[in-house]
Amino acid sequence: MTTAIRWQENRIVRERIQKTIAYSVVIAMAIAYIFPLYWLVVTALKTDVEIFQQPPPIFPPDPQWMNFHASTTYIPFWRYMWNTVAISGLTVLGTVLSCTFIAYGFARVQWPGRNIVFLIYLSTIMLPSQVTLIPLYLIFRQLGWVGTFLPLVAPHFFGSALYVFLLRQFLLTIPQELSDAARIDGASELGILWHVMIPLMRPALAVVALFTFVQTYRDFLGPLIYLTDQQDWTISLGLKLFQNMYGAQWQLMMAASTLAMLPTIVLFFFTQKTFVRGIALTGLKG
Amino acid sequence: MIGLLFISPAIIGFILFNIGPIAQSLQYSFTRYNILQPPRYIGLNNYINLLDDRVFKIGLSNTLYMVAIGLPIHLIFNLLMALLLNTRIRGLSLYRSIFYIPSITPVVASTIVWLWIFNGQFGILNEFLKALGLPPIGWLTDPAWVKPSLIFMGAWFGGNTILIYLAGLQDVPADLLESAELDGANAIQKTFKITLPMISPVIFYTIIINVIGYFQYFTEAWVMTATREGGAGGVANSAMFYSMYLYQTAFQQFKMGYASAQAWILFMIVLLATVILFKTAGWVYYHAED
Repeated sequence: MTTAIRWQENRIVRERIQKTIAYSVVIAMAIAYIFPLYWLVVTALKTDVEIFQQPPPIFPPDPQWMNFHASTTYIPFWRYMWNTVAISGLTVLGTVLSCTFIAYGFARVQWPGRNIVFLIYLSTIMLPSQVTLIPLYLIFRQLGWVGTFLPLVAPHFFGSALYVFLLRQFLLTIPQELSDAARIDGASELGILWHVMIPLMRPALAVVALFTFVQTYRDFLGPLIYLTDQQDWTISLGLKLFQNMYGAQWQLMMAASTLAMLPTIVLFFFTQKTFVRGIALTGLKG
Repeated sequence: MIGLLFISPAIIGFILFNIGPIAQSLQYSFTRYNILQPPRYIGLNNYINLLDDRVFKIGLSNTLYMVAIGLPIHLIFNLLMALLLNTRIRGLSLYRSIFYIPSITPVVASTIVWLWIFNGQFGILNEFLKALGLPPIGWLTDPAWVKPSLIFMGAWFGGNTILIYLAGLQDVPADLLESAELDGANAIQKTFKITLPMISPVIFYTIIINVIGYFQYFTEAWVMTATREGGAGGVANSAMFYSMYLYQTAFQQFKMGYASAQAWILFMIVLLATVILFKTAGWVYYHAED
């Protein structure tokens, strides 16, 4: 056997070993990642006796599907879901609208000092929200906005640096000739943005909308501070109610948590490509 | 000037929601202010009092613990997972979904599951230990264990970082790796000499974002340790983090001046950390783009 062939064989064996290790670790980790979600659903299907059984049944012999319904009446579940979706929807609207305009101004219109202003604006990404939290709370309090959705929604109509960055990167890749041709035809900047850019920006706008929605849907601290009336709570605040009650109904709490997770999981499966594209875009920032 | 018109929401937002409040919180930090009475100037008293505030110092050191220990563990783990997923594995999109989903589900809902998994009496983790003949652990009740427990859970929330790394790894030019292989480089050499330098900007970005994020660590620890009386922070404040104490000071004790001083110290710490990270970023490799 020549050394070349032996080298080749070694290589194949080595690659096979590497592959096996990679697969076993990835599969083991995937199971570990799924397990909490599995345990969530299984616990949601148990009776209040099975919850405290030791050792716990890995799957309940008689799954209690009505726990899901019970959990939605134990707390005003649908009301909280509606509040959450309303706040998230308005936030998406504000973010997409404002960031589109701002990104266009930073990417497609020339003006002196543009780059330095953009860098200053971009630095706000690194500002911890705690720094502005108290003055903003006091301002919103003076406006009489505490206890409404406004403090959570209104700021998003003034742009978000991260998403402006993302849209600007995208706009920079669109050839300048397209704008020039439209300008020669007498289109205004607003006309170019509306008729030429927005149709091209759709994939990037979808990323912004999706990320904003998920981010707002998951938020806890904002609603905790501003939604003082229990009627206005989001689902994340509502889930706490189970904890606050004596004799926590774990199986109902799990059922409500499962239902609260479902919208984002379903959304993910329908828009997986957009998510993956968005993640690649955020990583590009480096 | 039409450009300024387009970015005017950003300018207004920058003044109203960033610069204005930053300046105001500095002002408040020199006052005693309980909302009901107008703020009263007290000089540096808030800052001096913070030096003697035991809970504040615990919160700060717990937060530094998460940044210094939790964050490196998470990022290294995420990077290893991304490297494994990048080995032309079959079923990639399935694994990608599995690792990503925990990072898009509502934090409170997911933390509630972990609360049950970690439960000292009925939790599955202790059942598992029992099956192995080991003594149970007070995952959330033993001050020595609560932060490691939070780090353990945090790994589960970090799937988006795995995907950011994976996207970076997939951009590493294949011909670079192939020519290194022809030169006789093995897998480890390829990883350290080519792959990691090529994705170092992505790694740097995740470090910056996560350092800032960990200094603001709040929701997971809050939900994990919340009591019926509205408190949080765990046994002997073992899970009291900076933002939690700041929240309690401002919104439960209504000491707005004292909380503003905490906010400004946090601002300075994060700023300092960011500057240090940028100053020591010599290891980040920016290849010429053409």
